[in-house]
Amino acid sequence: MKIHQLSVFLENKPGQLREACEVLTKARINLVTLSLADTAQFGILRLIIQDWQKAKTVLEKAGCVVKVTEVLAIEVADRPGGLAQILEIVDRAGLNIEYMYAFAEKRGDRALLVFRFTDPDAALQVLQAGGINPIRTVELFSRP
Amino acid sequence: MNQTERHPASAPDFMPVNELRATQLSRLQRMVGRAYDHVPLFRKRMDDRGLKPADVRSLDDARRLPFTVKADLRDTYPYGLFASPMKDIVRLHASSGTTGKPIVVAYTQDDIRVWTETIMRSLAACGLHAGDIIQNAYGYGLFTGGLGAHYGAEALGATVIPISGGNTERQLMVMKDFGVTAICCTPSYFLHLIDQSQQMGIDMKKLPLRAGVFGAEPWTEGMRQRIEAESSLKAYDIYGLSEIIGPGVAIECIHQAGLHIFEDHFLAEIIDPETLELMPDGAEGELVLTTLSKQAMPMIRYRTRDITAFATDPCPCGRTIRRMRRIGRRSDDMLIIRGINVFPSQIEAALLRVEGTLPHYQIVLTREADLDQMEVQVEVTPDVFSDEVRGLEELKKKLVHSIETVTGIRAALRLVAPHTIQRSEGKAKRVIDKRKM
Repeated sequence: MKIHQLSVFLENKPGQLREACEVLTKARINLVTLSLADTAQFGILRLIIQDWQKAKTVLEKAGCVVKVTEVLAIEVADRPGGLAQILEIVDRAGLNIEYMYAFAEKRGDRALLVFRFTDPDAALQVLQAGGINPIRTVELFSRP
Repeated sequence: MNQTERHPASAPDFMPVNELRATQLSRLQRMVGRAYDHVPLFRKRMDDRGLKPADVRSLDDARRLPFTVKADLRDTYPYGLFASPMKDIVRLHASSGTTGKPIVVAYTQDDIRVWTETIMRSLAACGLHAGDIIQNAYGYGLFTGGLGAHYGAEALGATVIPISGGNTERQLMVMKDFGVTAICCTPSYFLHLIDQSQQMGIDMKKLPLRAGVFGAEPWTEGMRQRIEAESSLKAYDIYGLSEIIGPGVAIECIHQAGLHIFEDHFLAEIIDPETLELMPDGAEGELVLTTLSKQAMPMIRYRTRDITAFATDPCPCGRTIRRMRRIGRRSDDMLIIRGINVFPSQIEAALLRVEGTLPHYQIVLTREADLDQMEVQVEVTPDVFSDEVRGLEELKKKLVHSIETVTGIRAALRLVAPHTIQRSEGKAKRVIDKRKM
């Protein structure tokens, strides 16, 4: 249920993002989605990739610092209150969200969100108990 | 061989002290005579003081001799301080010359013999012997590190791998596949090897490596602890400088309690860099060295700018040659920032205090609105990289706090990508001073 996400350290200066992306392009690795957290000095590039082990290897070979994190991908109805329903469950259980971001593409009438919880295992249990099933890795990469 | 057993090459290290002082005096007298006869700059300085070589009657008289400084080597570039004709000079080396013209140093065949001997004694002091497989990752070429270590290691009977510097992946492959038991390189380069080994799936703790002979740049005790925790070897500090001979002026023995100076070839004094007076034993000051055996380029009372102190207690190894404390700083790398004295080694120590930080760092000094600004750039490593902005901000805060605790200065801290800090000749360039005075 948990999905592997790669995080890459970037300095906040021209060309850094492109360099990391070029490494992946050369290795013919396709990004499913990405998000960039940035401050004035540095950024953290977060990537969801099917073959994350290979991506990690090529990025490290290119001199990048890479970390693997477990995240949950959750489908949310693309209508007012869709996200609120999930956050309510999360809040009630006192779970802490470190960050979240949306997938680039929508899946039919549903949006796909990536959540990084402080405790992914506890979050998974709570969400499932609340009737919400995070997308499994297989589904994530096999869907159109 | 048992590590505590004396290697035959180490015999001069255990010479009775009176015999050692007598050897020093007769060599000093011959050296001063040679320099006076063949080096015009030295003769002029002696004449200006009304001194003749015959005035050197005891080792104490050494303090009456004129000092030599680095600028003398630049002013007489390239051959002005040579005391041998070119037909007797078999080798030249030169400093990397990061500031203007390089410094050229020369060796006769006998000088090479002496150098080989001191390196051999250095390696023996760290418990190495015939049968060891030594990866020599100091740069071969004009830099004295590569060839210096090479000759001594061969003379010891060890198997030398002359891999030179650079090409990290090949270094690691060779280290693992060739069963390397000892490595010679700069400590910062060895840390880089440790970093890279993790990516190549090599466990540095499981290699047969047992000794690292690290020199050519100052390093801290914290760096030693980190190296020893993350690899199987014991890290030994070797000291030397091209102006004197190259590496092999002094080395730590297996007790790692200060560096033994090969006093039969190098006369060591410690002076107050301000008053130029001799410091009492045990007191900190600038190391001054006189070569006692060199022919091609005798060096009289050379001011090394390295700050150290003589050890006053005997070393458990029983060597009679004196020890000096590890050199953590140089009198000329002291930075004055907003009027506060700061040494790069203090910054290194401050960074090491924060868990998981590797000491790949650089200090950048600028001046804004007449106020000195210090920025410390630290390379991010997998150990410290957090996936969350908050985690990295927290790390920055800890580093800034640690630097402020140690130096009293609040520095700006920048986390930078790995391998972005410039490294030259395997030596880390620690300070970039962009202040315009």
